[in-house]
Amino acid sequence: MTEVLDVERSPARQPNSQKEPFLVVEHLSVQFPTYDGLVKAVTDLSYSVDMGETLGIVGESGSGKSVSSMAVLGLHDIKRSRLEGSIRVAGKEIVGASQSTMRKIRGNEVAMIFQDPLTALHPFFKIGDQIIEAYRFHHNVSKRVARRRAIEMLDLVGIPRPDQRVDEYVHQFSGGMRQRAMIAMALVNNPRLLIADEPTTALDVTVQAQILDLIQEMQKEFGSAVIMITHDLGVIAEVADEVLVMYAGRCVEKGTTKQILTHPEMPYTWGLLGSIADVVGDVDKPLVPIPGTPPSLLNPPSGCSFHPRCVHRDKVEGNRCVEELPELRAGGAPNHLLRCHLTDPDAVFESEVKEEIL
Amino acid sequence: MTPEQGPSSSPAGPPLLEVTDLQKYFPVKSSGVVRRTIGQVQAVDGVTFSLAKGGSLGLVGESGCGKTTTGRVITRLYDPTGGTVKFEGHDIGSISAKAMMPYRREIQLIFQDPYSSLNPRHTVGTIVSTPLQVHKTVPKNKVKPRVQELLEVVGLNPEHFNRYPSEFSGGQRQRIGIARALALNPKLIVADEPVSALDVSIQAQVINLLGDLQKEFDIAFLFIAHDLAIVRHFCPDIAVMYLGKIVEMGNRDQIYVTPHHPYTQALLSAAPDVKQAAIGGRRERIRLVGDVPSPINPPSGCRFRTRCWKAQDVCAEQEPPLLQVGGRQVACHFAEPLQVLATEPIEPAAAGA
Repeated sequence: MTEVLDVERSPARQPNSQKEPFLVVEHLSVQFPTYDGLVKAVTDLSYSVDMGETLGIVGESGSGKSVSSMAVLGLHDIKRSRLEGSIRVAGKEIVGASQSTMRKIRGNEVAMIFQDPLTALHPFFKIGDQIIEAYRFHHNVSKRVARRRAIEMLDLVGIPRPDQRVDEYVHQFSGGMRQRAMIAMALVNNPRLLIADEPTTALDVTVQAQILDLIQEMQKEFGSAVIMITHDLGVIAEVADEVLVMYAGRCVEKGTTKQILTHPEMPYTWGLLGSIADVVGDVDKPLVPIPGTPPSLLNPPSGCSFHPRCVHRDKVEGNRCVEELPELRAGGAPNHLLRCHLTDPDAVFESEVKEEIL
Repeated sequence: MTPEQGPSSSPAGPPLLEVTDLQKYFPVKSSGVVRRTIGQVQAVDGVTFSLAKGGSLGLVGESGCGKTTTGRVITRLYDPTGGTVKFEGHDIGSISAKAMMPYRREIQLIFQDPYSSLNPRHTVGTIVSTPLQVHKTVPKNKVKPRVQELLEVVGLNPEHFNRYPSEFSGGQRQRIGIARALALNPKLIVADEPVSALDVSIQAQVINLLGDLQKEFDIAFLFIAHDLAIVRHFCPDIAVMYLGKIVEMGNRDQIYVTPHHPYTQALLSAAPDVKQAAIGGRRERIRLVGDVPSPINPPSGCRFRTRCWKAQDVCAEQEPPLLQVGGRQVACHFAEPLQVLATEPIEPAAAGA
């Protein structure tokens, strides 16, 4: 799936290593020392994304999904955060890389679409000038050429009259148009990895559908790898190939989208699926919320960080859930990883949970 | 439009809330010393619906469609420009603030953002007891026990009486807001996006809480939200708004299984569906082009025609009235049923809807 697309890339780029996926994150930990103590935002997170693939990262607010992807762009202030582990983009190490190296990668090989376009775009500068700046930073071209490129990009993302709108300001755009402009800016350098951090959360459903279509079309056209960060499992179901479920800074379950959303084996994922209402299906079936609230990352619970909210805790003998952190182990299906002490989560799912959530 | 036509199974007697041809325009002023009115934002333009005692009506639509404004006019946070709002048969749309006082007890509001709707300098006790003190419904020495009772009802620890909102999480804050709304035993609660600011696992907690409270205290809900799945779960009757008007109104199955209005169809087809994972890929969807037009200068005729794939000349000339079509109300010249939510990805168990 990936090799075909590499052919289209400009030859000036570094050749991608044949074996390693485009983005490899290994044992990543991000911690922030604060006045109250050390916030362990991300702990021992590993994943990889190959060209042309879409990885969905799901989790509640404060589960570390944005923090981990910001680390990929090197956006954490090294004075105020502690990064451990390894992040490799096309074989290049990001953790500990110099600012000048990062500037070459950021916006060029890896680009990000932020949640709120109103705060991510600058209100004082014209939309076009912001896109031109991003393009000229990585390409040694004249302003005129860059401007033509900006208009082309605005046209590509479906903004009407791009030659006029290129000279407009952010406040003159509607919410959906702003998000399109930001996508145009992110894609102007044909990035090979696009990180979309809740790209549609602030948008209406009809506009959300337009933006998701757009991201998918762009992915097809450029063959980029996409990381889609969201809390909306419906969005994940429609766009992602693989899903990573995060809880309290750790990966708790990972697998193909179909596996995770139709046959999950980790109690937190069960809880997430049970919590959402559905546009089809039985309305008399009550929602099954997860009791309690997400834990503080200052003092994460001992053992499995989900144990205070887990309703299946009593099925594990002894007190293992409280005392011992479950390892990320292989689940029932190929490429399926989960972090749980339940000896036979599949049986529990079939007998108790399936009725509730599907 | 007579109340019997309403899809709700309203028992005998007048409906609790009857809104007829409600309008709310906001003036647009020119700049300069003499600030003349140069236009009107037609936020709500001719909305009619009724709500039975203990029932719940969902109001859905995209941002800027006037659903929040409708809720705020009903609670008289705004004065209506035109039309009537009748609560238990009394017109509350145009009465004075003083005459409104007893009705404020009956109509309460739950706000969207649990962070900005609670005063950070007041304790939970103060926040929840303020309505009791303003309306003097309980003697002073009974206020504290009543507040603690309310906190218990919404699932908070009554001992948290003296804590500040900042000590609570988002879901707990929303519970405080709900306790405040319940304090005066209202008959109608206008819930304006009560869960959209909360995490998924917490949303379900709050929705279940609201459902339990509705059953226990027989409260009618006007449930304003943009999340189609949650509205479907909570409300037996649903009204879909577009640019200040109701375009389609009916019961759950009429709206979700056989929507007649093109906008409802587009809205439903755009809603992402978790069940899609079973078959993979994106569902075939109706693509709407462009954005919602400005409510200052709405399109002539049908307001949806600029984005509608069925639009013809008649749509620009004549505004389609909200007509009764097989138990539902729909405002479209070319209304016809179209099932957009496929039920096939799931096997018999859940496809019964």
